[in-house]
Amino acid sequence: MAEEKKTFIKKIRSAGPMRDLMADYFKEMDEAAKTGSAKIAWCTSVGPAELLRAFDFLVYFPENHGAMLGSSRMAADLIPAANAIGYSPDICSYLTSDVGSYLRKNTPLTKAFGMEGVPKPDVLVYNTNQCRDVKEWFGFYEREFNVPAIGIDTMRGIGDITPNHLQGLIGQHKALVPKLEQISGKRFDIDRLKEVVASSYRCTKLWKKVLRIAENKPSPITFFDGTIHMGPAVVLRGDERAERYYEMLLAELEERVQNGVGAVDGETYRFYWEGMPVWGKLREHAEFFAEKKSCVVASTYCNSWIFEDLGHEDPFEGLARAYTELFIVRSENFKEQYLESMVRDYNVNGVIYHDAKTCPNNSNNRYGLPQRLTKSLGVPHVVINGDLNDLRLYSEEQAKTQFEALVEQLHERA
Amino acid sequence: MSGEEQEKASKVPSVRKLFCGVDVGASATKLILLDSERKVRAKVVRPSGVDYAATAKECLDQAAAEVGGSRDIARTVSTGYGRRNVNFADASLTEIHCHGVGCYHHIPRPITIVDIGGQDNKVIRLDASGQRLDFKMNRKCAAGTGAFIEEMALRLGLDVGEMDPLARTTEEAVRLSSFCTVFAKTEILAHLRKGIPVAEIVRGAFMSVIQRVVEMDPLDGEVVLTGGVVEYNPTIADILSKKIGRRVEVPPHPQYTGALGAALVALRQSEKK
Repeated sequence: MAEEKKTFIKKIRSAGPMRDLMADYFKEMDEAAKTGSAKIAWCTSVGPAELLRAFDFLVYFPENHGAMLGSSRMAADLIPAANAIGYSPDICSYLTSDVGSYLRKNTPLTKAFGMEGVPKPDVLVYNTNQCRDVKEWFGFYEREFNVPAIGIDTMRGIGDITPNHLQGLIGQHKALVPKLEQISGKRFDIDRLKEVVASSYRCTKLWKKVLRIAENKPSPITFFDGTIHMGPAVVLRGDERAERYYEMLLAELEERVQNGVGAVDGETYRFYWEGMPVWGKLREHAEFFAEKKSCVVASTYCNSWIFEDLGHEDPFEGLARAYTELFIVRSENFKEQYLESMVRDYNVNGVIYHDAKTCPNNSNNRYGLPQRLTKSLGVPHVVINGDLNDLRLYSEEQAKTQFEALVEQLHERA
Repeated sequence: MSGEEQEKASKVPSVRKLFCGVDVGASATKLILLDSERKVRAKVVRPSGVDYAATAKECLDQAAAEVGGSRDIARTVSTGYGRRNVNFADASLTEIHCHGVGCYHHIPRPITIVDIGGQDNKVIRLDASGQRLDFKMNRKCAAGTGAFIEEMALRLGLDVGEMDPLARTTEEAVRLSSFCTVFAKTEILAHLRKGIPVAEIVRGAFMSVIQRVVEMDPLDGEVVLTGGVVEYNPTIADILSKKIGRRVEVPPHPQYTGALGAALVALRQSEKK
């Protein structure tokens, strides 16, 4: 049986305007870095971006750069440079590929947006809600650029978010204000923060609608599409251009639903993806599932940029709640209940867990959760071993055999 | 049957008599020809080598010679890592599926299959009707697979075929505790330095393989062991049996289970016409 080269991926029209929007975002950043026309803050992907925008910082997200290093498959060549200076191959491969990119002076931003390099920061702002690694990552650049690294140290494994949690987190957010005033040279304006948070909240509601539209059968969007189209929700939340973009995308997807058009022709099976994407294999995975008439309709990953508590009337409490309510911050029991509801809401036939070697915090197969969920819901699962960026840790044939065997198993039961 | 299989199935002439299953594994390619009475008419195994398509074809030629040069093959199903490289296959299925079908043919009961292959291990659970309940594959490391045994043989200066007879000569075994094949080889050096008999090291290597397997799954119910490793090293089945405290079934020609399953699927697909 000769393997055929045929594409099964259905293009989303809004992808063009999204690329333009992302290009504008990076162009502004590049301009500011060259001319000093605006201050630049680096922020972790679920860090307090709204607070930074309220001080008119342009906000750059190294994790977005990490994903670009993964999807461009530059990561594997760059990670060893970070390993060589003492950053272990076992820690976050976003971190090691980004540090490797810095050391080798080689970035995908050059090819994609004509930038000479990443924009130099005036301040580094983290939130450890995801992991320790983001803080260590920013610590590297703090030493390299001699700029302050400040941020929020969020507790992890939280079940219910209690007043005690919130008190500390609100206090930590407020404590950033005088530091940011000093670095930005601007006075804090609560009304400006409210405006930015309100915009971010509107963006979040639109992004949620985009993801929830996949509850339709057939789904008009796949997880793989989602990982691309989440760009503005990550890097431009709090900027009204992100809202306009999601209005456009949502309209296109609603049109698909009205016309009965699925992202995958002949959608037969629906899957949930738990864990990080394998960025360097995104296209292959999208093609593979589409060829099997299977749609990966939902994921924890894409849903991680929904911040519903930003609607709180006090913007500081909104930020504190929003960046703590996230799946990754929560207890195992919370995660199990969340996944149960997602499996039901999206009516999925199977769950794929990606055990990412360098990202334990996004690998939720390690404490028996897949087995418990399969038992309680009767929905089969597979666990693939891989990584977000380091393709040396990924075995293509093993992963594809497991995907295929899962589809066969469902087919046998049908 | 997938859409691809259905499309191919529609082209199958119904008068032919032989059904071919070919399992292109990481280490070896196995091919079986079945007749319409489900009897094995020919079986061939060869190292997969570097050209999977050519090896599969050579297996087919040899099998055809065994049945008097007959090329009257109604349908072929391929499986294994190289399944997509078999140019003469009408359809392909994963080895997970085909091992299940092949095992259930011999042992038509609820079973837990442990397949120890050249490069990976699988645990597949079937219900009373032979339908798959779930499956697992080992992590991508070679520990606990046929590749591990080959590496150990190399370090000990043995042919792979010499290992099983040696392991049977003793009940004593060294403990190889490392997950890593390379580190395990280093452990072997330490045992050799201490003058530990080679047979005890070989048995220790076998026990290490079984240890990796029992770490994959609780192995509930009736356990069936398949794959090339147990075909050439039946002591492995005894060790697993002792480890889990229950009898372990080994079907006839366990290395061919995947190929047999593929041939049975080819036959079933033809019968559906």
